[in-house]
Amino acid sequence: MTMASNPVISMRNITKIYNVGGEEVRALDGASLTIQEGEFVSVVGPSGSGKSTMMNIIGCLDVADEGEYLLDGQSIEQYSEEELARIRNKKIGFVFQTFNLLSRMTAIENVELPLIYQRLPLGERKEKTNAALERVGLTDRSHHKPTELSGGQQQRVAIARALATEPTILLADEPTGNLDSKTGSDILSLFHKLHAAGNTIVLITHNEEIANQAQRRIRIIDGRVWEVE
Amino acid sequence: MFALSVKMAWSAIASNKMRSFLTMLGIIIGVLSLVVLVSLVNGATGAVTSEVETLGNDIISVTIRDDKGSPLRLENLTEIAFDETIAQVAPSGTMTATAKNGYSDASVSVNGTTASYYEIQGLELSYGRFIKTTDVDNSSYVVVLSYDAADELFGMGNVVGESISINGRSFQVIGVLAEDTSMMSAMTGGLSVYVPFTVESRMAGQPYITSLSVAATNDIDTAQTAVENYLLKRFKQDEDAFSIMNMSSISDALGTITSTLSLLLGGIAAISLLVGGIGIMNIMLVSVTERTKEIGIRKAIGAGRNSIMTQFLIEALMVSLLGCIFGLLLSWGILALVSAIAGTISFNMSLGVVGIAVGFSSCIGLIFGLYPANKAARKHPIEALRYEG
Repeated sequence: MTMASNPVISMRNITKIYNVGGEEVRALDGASLTIQEGEFVSVVGPSGSGKSTMMNIIGCLDVADEGEYLLDGQSIEQYSEEELARIRNKKIGFVFQTFNLLSRMTAIENVELPLIYQRLPLGERKEKTNAALERVGLTDRSHHKPTELSGGQQQRVAIARALATEPTILLADEPTGNLDSKTGSDILSLFHKLHAAGNTIVLITHNEEIANQAQRRIRIIDGRVWEVE
Repeated sequence: MFALSVKMAWSAIASNKMRSFLTMLGIIIGVLSLVVLVSLVNGATGAVTSEVETLGNDIISVTIRDDKGSPLRLENLTEIAFDETIAQVAPSGTMTATAKNGYSDASVSVNGTTASYYEIQGLELSYGRFIKTTDVDNSSYVVVLSYDAADELFGMGNVVGESISINGRSFQVIGVLAEDTSMMSAMTGGLSVYVPFTVESRMAGQPYITSLSVAATNDIDTAQTAVENYLLKRFKQDEDAFSIMNMSSISDALGTITSTLSLLLGGIAAISLLVGGIGIMNIMLVSVTERTKEIGIRKAIGAGRNSIMTQFLIEALMVSLLGCIFGLLLSWGILALVSAIAGTISFNMSLGVVGIAVGFSSCIGLIFGLYPANKAARKHPIEALRYEG
């Protein structure tokens, strides 16, 4: 493992506090984490451990109450929603458990959507969309709607959508949770392929077996981060 | 970017056609009532105005109520006509009498006048000639029948040379007027016949002129002032001794009435458009809630508040503009149908009304889309993503 000078993710003493029924809940309690470029890291933890909060903060869907978070060298602070949206658009590629494709649109339109929000011209959009679909091996199904695709194919479209913008990190939240084990392992081997091609991948799961496939494992317990050797 | 937003909005609208149509219905009905009502009033106004104009906007009518001991006689009319702003003057004495031809009789209104009456009133002859100055001078018992009077008494048009009796006196028919199809004649109704003024005044026992019509050479207002000055001088500066009016003042009054009417009806129609706008807002709010997950996904992959806001605003705008287009098409059809049925009057959509309808619909779409769009834009991405509807 090479320790590059510029980590992709650098978190120091991140704390996130929720107010649930008048009671303070520390979802993250002084969590620190560093991820280098090109790493394939899995984040494991039981439900309620602060896993989702970690994902939301890494994915810039939420900001921490305390601590410092550098994404690709850029400090993510109390940004406005508009600015966070722009950062998500450029640097993060989300892959969700429930795929989260827009059902009214075809596969290719779904993949194109983040590029539309980047306001890229048509030609460039088409080029990147097709390249992303090719990387997940779904070029022949590109004009089908999500309802006409199998679960595995839908997740591939979602991965293509995440890859289309060439993000800094691919952030996957239980990507195999809604798939059978055969399709799940197909998706995982796709992740391995993408990792081999140089993508930085953060995989969030509660499944130890899947977590073990990553090159590096991180465990979250009660809002604190532990490295798994 | 805009074309893509329109495409996205279209796919959202098309995904639930029935609901979109019902939402549009409010706007369709609003636009329909606005355009049809205003166009109907405008069409009717146009028809009535042109009708009044054919009656002659350049006729000044004078009625004398009190002659102050110096009544107007036939020879005085030349004094009035002497003024250079006045082209022609004709008296008109009116009485009701019974006209007979053999066994058919009818109640007619007898107009006693002179030769100039023909031109002042813009009458048209079908057969024969109108009253001449010699007929007036000689008090000849000659009569010109209106088309309707000839039809009533003889059952045919060309009856020049025939005789009829009016109140027991025999008159020779010297002319028949052309059929008058104007709305005014239909409104005033009755059968008219024209005889020399001298004959009518003798029969009615009214030797003086109590009513006259004046045609102006050029400007009707200066001519009216001239007539007024003459009469004031004659009737000892008593303004109440006579009344004077012209057709343009009638058409002015008519114009005021109809523009008020179209404003009123347009206002009522605008209220129904407003109700249509509330319908749009209602459905947009439902749609925003239903599509919470979609909003969450879009936000996760990088849509900012502005993008979401624009998307929903364009959707609302498109619903209302599509409604507007359907409304305009329907209005056009209805107006074409009404014109076909009405026959003589044609009702057209004026560009102004179309412009108002489009402008008003866009405003309504934007205003009533603003709140739902803002609600969509403000959704928190994490909560929206978690939403399962």
